[in-house]
Amino acid sequence: MSDQLSWQIDPVLDVQNLTLAFGGLVAIDDLCFQSARREITAIIGPNGAGKTTVFNCLTGFYKPDRGVIALRHDDGNQYHLERMAEFRINNRASVARTFQNIRLFTGMSVLENLLVAQHQKLMKASGMTIGALLGLGGYRSREKQAIELAMHWLETTDLHYRADDLAGDLPYGDQRRLEIARAMCTQPLLLCLDEPAAGLNPKESNMLSQLLLNIKSQEKIAILLIEHDMSVVMEISDHIVVIDYGRKISDGTPMQIRNDPKVIAAYLGVDETREAVK
Amino acid sequence: MTKNALTDALISSAIALALSVFMIGFRTTDAPGGLVLTYKIPLVISIVAVVFLGRLFLNLFWWRRPSSTKTKNRYFDILQVRWASGGISLHGITLLLAFALPLLLFVLNAKMNLGLPLRYWFDIATLVLTYIMLGWGLNIVVGMAGLLDLGYVAFYAIGAYSYALLAQHFGLSFWVCLPLAGLLAAVWGVALGFPVLRLRGDYLAIVTLAFGEIIRIVLLNWYQFTGGPDGLSGIPRPSFFGLPFKRYGDNTFHIFMGLEYSTLHRILFLYYLILILALLTYFVTNKMRRLPIGRAWEALREDEIACRSLGINTVNTKLTAFATGAMFGGLAGSFFATRQGFISPESFTFIESAIILAIVVLGGLGSQLGVVIASVVMIGGFELLRNMSWLKLLFGEDFDPSLYRMLLFGLAMVAIMVWKPRGFISSREPTILLKEKTQ
Amino acid sequence: MEYFAQQMINGVTLGSVYGLIAIGYTMVYGIIGMINFAHGDIFMVSAFVSLIVFIALLSIGITWIPLALLIVLIVSMAVTSVYGWTVERLAYRPLRASFRLAPLITAIGMSIVLQNYVQIVQGARVKPLPPVITGSYTLMEKDGFTVQISNMQIAIIVTTFILMIAFSALISKTSLGRCQRACEQDRTMAALLGINVDRTISLTFIMGAGLASVAGLMYLLYYGVIDFYIGFVVGIKAFTAAVLGGIGSLPGAMLGGLIIGLVETFWSAYFAIGYKDVAAFSILIIVLIFLPSGLLGKPEVEKI
Repeated sequence: MSDQLSWQIDPVLDVQNLTLAFGGLVAIDDLCFQSARREITAIIGPNGAGKTTVFNCLTGFYKPDRGVIALRHDDGNQYHLERMAEFRINNRASVARTFQNIRLFTGMSVLENLLVAQHQKLMKASGMTIGALLGLGGYRSREKQAIELAMHWLETTDLHYRADDLAGDLPYGDQRRLEIARAMCTQPLLLCLDEPAAGLNPKESNMLSQLLLNIKSQEKIAILLIEHDMSVVMEISDHIVVIDYGRKISDGTPMQIRNDPKVIAAYLGVDETREAVK
Repeated sequence: MTKNALTDALISSAIALALSVFMIGFRTTDAPGGLVLTYKIPLVISIVAVVFLGRLFLNLFWWRRPSSTKTKNRYFDILQVRWASGGISLHGITLLLAFALPLLLFVLNAKMNLGLPLRYWFDIATLVLTYIMLGWGLNIVVGMAGLLDLGYVAFYAIGAYSYALLAQHFGLSFWVCLPLAGLLAAVWGVALGFPVLRLRGDYLAIVTLAFGEIIRIVLLNWYQFTGGPDGLSGIPRPSFFGLPFKRYGDNTFHIFMGLEYSTLHRILFLYYLILILALLTYFVTNKMRRLPIGRAWEALREDEIACRSLGINTVNTKLTAFATGAMFGGLAGSFFATRQGFISPESFTFIESAIILAIVVLGGLGSQLGVVIASVVMIGGFELLRNMSWLKLLFGEDFDPSLYRMLLFGLAMVAIMVWKPRGFISSREPTILLKEKTQ
Repeated sequence: MEYFAQQMINGVTLGSVYGLIAIGYTMVYGIIGMINFAHGDIFMVSAFVSLIVFIALLSIGITWIPLALLIVLIVSMAVTSVYGWTVERLAYRPLRASFRLAPLITAIGMSIVLQNYVQIVQGARVKPLPPVITGSYTLMEKDGFTVQISNMQIAIIVTTFILMIAFSALISKTSLGRCQRACEQDRTMAALLGINVDRTISLTFIMGAGLASVAGLMYLLYYGVIDFYIGFVVGIKAFTAAVLGGIGSLPGAMLGGLIIGLVETFWSAYFAIGYKDVAAFSILIIVLIFLPSGLLGKPEVEKI
């Protein structure tokens, strides 16, 4: 990391003036931040600070009242995520996410979960179903490729030996990793992880950290991370954005954040300082 | 223990008394000058006595025995495993049986001198197959995609009327009309589904129910077009690749084949026709299940939000499920029309939708074998009950057994569901396996 | 104008009957999240019980109508409640922990059972009852057209109104109502807090059946003919009303009932009577397209 502001020089994701209110409650207030490729950007903040809401705006589940969410692709295309339907955000703009309360297809096998993630690609390969029904060729080999991609991610997440088991039968920690593998199977440019370490034991969260570092080094993608486990955050992130009451209160490298009095105040709840922030 | 049993039996019989004293004890009958009551007090007393004694018996003897629920009720799941596994599979056996059934009945009838009414048996088999096909069609919507559809019969009706009207007005043959009817039903599926498929769960259920009723009411009232309550009659019967099943005429089926004329030819032809249509449904559905669209349907049933986060267009996916299910309903409808030769809105009431849904749920959501079992039991079994005329010996001449048929049907629905809430077959077969099964 | 006013009165009367039945659907849906398909048939049974008891009373010489009707109402409510309770106990309670579609199927099964049961024990022919409450008031008279409200209509509207108020009070003020609302929110937690969930649910069914029995008596007296099939016809309309108003909401059920009643009446009066159900169902579909949780229902927010 030669330049400490790498995310400002070449951001993949550029969020400007993002604002969203539910009725009278302002969940996100004029939030701006950037996120760079090959970096892990952590969004932290106390409970109810609006972190998941930011994710829901990024992935199209909520439409922001104001603001721009721009995602830049390598080919120069720029996508405005705030204007896109959620399924297009994934299959056009290449944003994938996981959920705070794991959302796997529990009644389907692990492998099937990963194939569903490659739906768009496979659907085309199957000639929108009709081709494959009529026996027109090409689908088999494409499906084989899809299985190979799935197996690649199962091996990366150390789940390959459970490929044929029901996703719902996996232990909690494995389910968390499977959800990441499923998101990666959509071959995203931006991966949004909503509290991936929640409920994991120390060994599992260590494994998770390794997995994320591994993804960061292998793939050319930006990772956005919401996490409460500070040891994970400090260990793996390159860039931290701190929000409280929907506003950004700090933004910088882990070292900068660690020493920012405003962050300490927000987490420890020192009243005078919080007033000063507002 | 005994005292408890006695109290319980007393309470039960008190409830039975409350339920039956007015509804069964007094019967309203027409008389000059209005309704009068006839009394059936002995019947009430016997009902209460039966409930009391039965409950007492159950309490004292039956429910005290240690239950062994762990080991039983597994037959169907074993069946499912056999159904799915390769080798000399249940598939093959079932298929063989379905194709050979007419022959089997013929031979049995001739050899053993059973004197079976063959026509009747073939009719039942055809009926069961029709419901199997409908069940498989609805299974796509309810079982796979998880969309509760209470108006499936609408597509059955659309298929039937499409064929009847196309054949009558344009003189098109069955084989031309069949795909057209399927297509029309699918188009209607999309048209009806498009505005409402974002509704969730039970809201969708009531809207589909409403659609089913709307279609039926329109058929009932649009007299010039559909014949209203009189329905459409004289619907052309299907021909065997252009050879009609007629007694007289030059180019009829029996002359071409060099056979003696028999009305059974057409009945048998219809049996094989619906068998082939049902098999078409089966293979297409089975194939689709292993394609991305099928996996997306099942994923949709499991978690819609996760689907959207993975780039699946949930509206389109739901619409395809709806349209595919509707198409098979439409095909079955045209078959129904050509078999009956007469259709009227009466055949397409809500109860039909309910029966088809019951077949899907009783069979086990998403299970194709389950649909077969449920259809055979619920349709075949209860069709046989129509012939309960021997009961007249027991209950007297004015006893109408066909009334009891639907009562028993309803009771069976409740009982089977309570016995096996997930249906006959509750296990799901993965659409793809990394490793071949070793067993 | 006069015609319009007359149809308004007729529509509100019909809507009151629908509303009372709709409350039964909506309460059960609220508490256990299932469509109680047999509820319409419970209503039908209650109409039959009312008819039988009424004729029985007349035959033993109780001919003073107010007394007879009071007895009929009490007996019919009691018997219908037992029916409601029994249906719940036999067909729904064993499936409480099961998946969503299982109780729906048993409900449809129970509906088939009740219809055929009544057909067997009481016959399939329609049962006529000569008008019991007669007389009417003329509200307007113009150009030979009179706007009338009959005593029967007044009785129906007033009874519905009183029951509605009493019922809202029951739900919001009493401890039973609190238990019900708690079970609606979270059944497991309610059980952990010592609420007898089974009992609460049973009472919900009994209350729903009680209201349906009032509706049954009103229907019998108003229309004067019943058969075993009215449960389905009226039930489906009442259910539509419950969904239209927002299923789970009591005022919604009443509002939905009124709307369906009015739509049906006005459509029959001004357009083709054969399509009156199409009109009612179309309103439902249109409302749901724009308000996916009905008029007064709480929008479902799924936490992501």
